[in-house]
Amino acid sequence: MSISRDKIEQVAWLARIRLEDSEKEALEGKLSDILGMVDQLQASDTDGITPMAHPLDATQRLRPDEVTETNKRERFQAVAPETQDGLYLVPRVVE
Amino acid sequence: MQWETVIGLEVHVQLATQSKIFSGASTAFGAEPNAQASAVDLAMPGMLPVLNEGAVRMAVQFGLAVNANIAHRSVFDRKNYFYADLPKGYQISQMYHPIVGKGEVSVNLSDGSERTIGIEHAHLEEDAGKSLHEDFQGQSGIDLNRAGTPLLEIVSEPDMRSAEEAAAYLRKIHAIVTYLGISDGDMSQGSMRCDCNVSVRPKGQTEFGTRSEIKNVNSFRFVEKAINTEVERQIELIEDGGEVQQETRLYDADRDETRSMRTKEFANDYRYFPDPDLLPVEIDDTYINAIRDGLPELPDAKQARFVTEYGLNADEAAPLVQSQALADYFEQVARGSGDARQAANWIMGELARLMNQNEVEIQDCPVNAGDLATLILRVQDGTISGKLAKQVFEALWNGEGSPDDIIEQQGLKQVSDSGEIEALVDQVLADNQAMVDDYLSEEVAKKQKKKFNALVGQVMKASQGKANPAQVNDILQQKLTSSD
Repeated sequence: MSISRDKIEQVAWLARIRLEDSEKEALEGKLSDILGMVDQLQASDTDGITPMAHPLDATQRLRPDEVTETNKRERFQAVAPETQDGLYLVPRVVE
Repeated sequence: MQWETVIGLEVHVQLATQSKIFSGASTAFGAEPNAQASAVDLAMPGMLPVLNEGAVRMAVQFGLAVNANIAHRSVFDRKNYFYADLPKGYQISQMYHPIVGKGEVSVNLSDGSERTIGIEHAHLEEDAGKSLHEDFQGQSGIDLNRAGTPLLEIVSEPDMRSAEEAAAYLRKIHAIVTYLGISDGDMSQGSMRCDCNVSVRPKGQTEFGTRSEIKNVNSFRFVEKAINTEVERQIELIEDGGEVQQETRLYDADRDETRSMRTKEFANDYRYFPDPDLLPVEIDDTYINAIRDGLPELPDAKQARFVTEYGLNADEAAPLVQSQALADYFEQVARGSGDARQAANWIMGELARLMNQNEVEIQDCPVNAGDLATLILRVQDGTISGKLAKQVFEALWNGEGSPDDIIEQQGLKQVSDSGEIEALVDQVLADNQAMVDDYLSEEVAKKQKKKFNALVGQVMKASQGKANPAQVNDILQQKLTSSD
């Protein structure tokens, strides 16, 4: 299976990655190869096999409902580009 | 053409855990911005989520309360999208294997009928942070205290056929989660949020029409209004030859209209996939059964008990079980007074009226259940008339003392002394000779009765409402017959 230029541009937009035209061209080949491999995987007979949600044969450990974190806002905000009144500032987001 | 409305609701319930769903940060309300945002909530590199058992337990409690299948194995997925208040770039949710499967709730409607509404599934997910757009020149301020707060998203089947049913369903979900204590259910604070999927179709058609999704509906009243407004818009649009677009709309309560949210350049594509940071959640029957054994009496069971134990109709019982606190209050008054019907009448009548008027919830009601029970007893034993009881009730509401003190201090005791009443009757008869003549000369029974009642009214007035009405009737009847 091959991937179209449109699809690459859409996926790039969804991932917020800016691509140059030359990169798009390179990706067309690389992503098509990956999809080819997926096709190969899908061709195998998986009847009667329960799909795995995780490669580890283990289940989720649960944590008791307790507050264990303290306020470390100052330390976190020391590495933030911009803050004001305890808030992180970002370029204006409009609905 | 006859149109049929089809409604499905997605209700997000904020779970009342102490800590977040995947981190040990506090969920307490009202903290300083970002004081409760941990490294996990901020999506710092290398941070791993660890699932909160409290959130799992609450989801199971809800599932059992709506007779749903509980999944022994459920899986968390990533829902990918970019927004400033979602630092990871994805929300952890459950797309394919939710913890709660199909269930159902029943709702009572105003015409006395009962409907069953299906629940398609309910899943656990994390809330996002909050974006503040005012006060920052060309920028937005982000508060991540809410990020990672556990949510249970309850998705109904498209089973509702009117706005009233949708509101009744939402109230029932509210009652269930608050009875269970898994959420405070406060819609005004966003602890319970509701999206409504609405479509219309010609009556009799089996396929669904195209639906729109209304967001931002934050009160029971607005759910009804928003749906009715949207249904009208869709019918008008179709009848004018247009087509309903599948889109997200916002409800504007001030203008009572829904508005299209700006259409996105591409359709939403969340590219869900299992979150590799979290293993499948497995719970066994021992765990589930232990939770089942600990469930409190739920609204439906309580309503049924009120019918059998107190002899109320389902109609009378339904509003009383809407909240645990109201139901408890009713039971105290019913037991204290020994008259459940009067208890229900007072609570849904005078008490509800004053609570509405003063915007007070039952928890903060100034009249305690014991005092209301005493008041009902005082009407029963003839100490005061039913009419003056309302005056006593208002005094109780205003904190003027106990029922007996109020009756005593305000001189509201019913006059049952026949001598005293006789004197009043004599006085009224003497002062109103014209009315007496009028009564005696009347030959039509119905008109005569009316004129008799007018005289009773005069006596009651002369006693300032305190005379025992039955005795007034008897004595007046005697006097008028003997003067015949």
